[in-house]
Amino acid sequence: MSAFAAMLKRELRLSLRGGGEMLTLVLFFVIVGAVVPFAVGPDKALLSRIAPGVIWIAAFLAMLLGLEKLFGPDRDDGTLALYRLADLPLAAIVAAKVIAHWLTAALPLILASPALALLLAMDAETFWRTLLSLLLGTPALAGFGAIGAALTVATRRGGLLAPILIAPLSVPVLIFGVGAISPSGGADQAQVAALLLAALSLTVATLSPFAAALAIDWGED
Amino acid sequence: MTPGQVHSLLRLETAALAVGRGDMPLAQAIDLSVPAGTGLLLRGPNGAGKSTLLLTLAGLLPPLSGSVVLQGHNEEEGPAFHHCGHRNAVRPRLTARETLGFWRTLNGNPAVPVDAALERVGLVRQARLDAAYLSAGQQRRLVLARLLVSARPVWLLDEPSSALDAEGQVLLGELVREHLGQGGMAVIASHDPIAVPGLPVLTLGAAR
Repeated sequence: MSAFAAMLKRELRLSLRGGGEMLTLVLFFVIVGAVVPFAVGPDKALLSRIAPGVIWIAAFLAMLLGLEKLFGPDRDDGTLALYRLADLPLAAIVAAKVIAHWLTAALPLILASPALALLLAMDAETFWRTLLSLLLGTPALAGFGAIGAALTVATRRGGLLAPILIAPLSVPVLIFGVGAISPSGGADQAQVAALLLAALSLTVATLSPFAAALAIDWGED
Repeated sequence: MTPGQVHSLLRLETAALAVGRGDMPLAQAIDLSVPAGTGLLLRGPNGAGKSTLLLTLAGLLPPLSGSVVLQGHNEEEGPAFHHCGHRNAVRPRLTARETLGFWRTLNGNPAVPVDAALERVGLVRQARLDAAYLSAGQQRRLVLARLLVSARPVWLLDEPSSALDAEGQVLLGELVREHLGQGGMAVIASHDPIAVPGLPVLTLGAAR
C-alpha cells in the first residue's frame, strides 16, 4: 500500500469511527436550512426562490465546523511534527487530508441535500442543478478550508479565526455556486457559472495542499 | 548490504549551533560530533534546551545560528531522523497495530514487521486494542516500536524513559544498544540513567 493511500485510509478510519461526528455535521446542515422557513415565513414562492442560496450557506457553514479537526488533533498529540519528518512529502499528506475532508464533510451534505430541497419547496430541475453545483464547488471550499486551518494551527490560534480568514476567499465559490443554480440571465450563464466553479475547484484543490504545507512548515512547533 | 554498512560513513555534526525558542537563546556554541555507532546523552536541568536541541537537530525548529549536518547521508535514501518527543502521537480510535502499520508505510524504509515490533516491545496482547486504552507506559512502548518498523540512522529521543516501568527501561537500553550496534546513532535527552555502557554525556547549562 502506498503511503498516500495509507494516509487517506487513516483519515477516513478516524472520521468513520468518530462516534457520530459526521451525523452531527449533516444534522447541522439540515437544521440551518430548516430554520429558514421559520425566519422568513411560509411564503412558498419566496422560499423556492432563495432555496439555492440557503443550501449553499448551510453547506458553507457546515464545512467550516469540521475545519478545527483537520490539523488541531494532529498538532495536540505531536503527530504533526512526525508528519514533517515523514517520507511522504507534507504537501501529499495535506492533499490526502483535503480529500478525506471532502469525503467526510462535503459528500454527506450533498447526499443529505434532498431533505433540504424538500423543506425549501425546490422543484426537481433546480434540485438537480443544486446537486451539480455542490459537487463542483465544495472541493474549493475544502481547499480554502485546509489553508485556513493550516494557518491557524501554525499560529496556535484556533476557534473562529480560520472561518474568518477563509470567508472572503469563499465568496466567489458562493457567487458562482448559486449562479450555476438560479441564473439571473438564462441557461447560458448558468453553464458559464458551473464551468467557472469547476475551474475554481480544480485550481484551489491543486494548490491548497502546497500552501497549507508551507504554512505548517513555517509555523514553529 | 547490512544496515551497519549503510550507516558506517555517517556522522552527525553541529558547528557553533545555537538553539532557542523565538528570539530567546537556550543553548549556544554546541559543537557535536556523533559518529556512526555511537550515542550521546543530553543532561541538564529543566529548561536547559535539551528538547529544543533535539527539535533543531531533527530540522523541526530552525537553528538561531550555526548548522546541523549529517555527513555522508544521501537525501535519496529518505529522511534520516526519527524524533520521539514528549507527546506520543498515539491517536484514539485506531488500534496499536493500525497505528504502527500506518507509521511503517508513511515513514518508508520498512524494517521490522509490525507484529514482530509489537512483540519486541511487549504489546502483543494489546495489538487489537484501541490505542487510547493503552496506559502511558504502553503508549511509550508503542512509540519505541515506531522506531523499529522504519529504519532510520539517527534516533532523537526526548525523555524516552518517562512512564516506562523497570522492564521497559531495560528494553529501551537494549533497543538503543542494538541500534548503535547496527551503526545507527542516538541522541537521548533524559534525567534517568540509560542502560547503554559508554554513552558520552553532554551537559547543557541552566536557563537564565
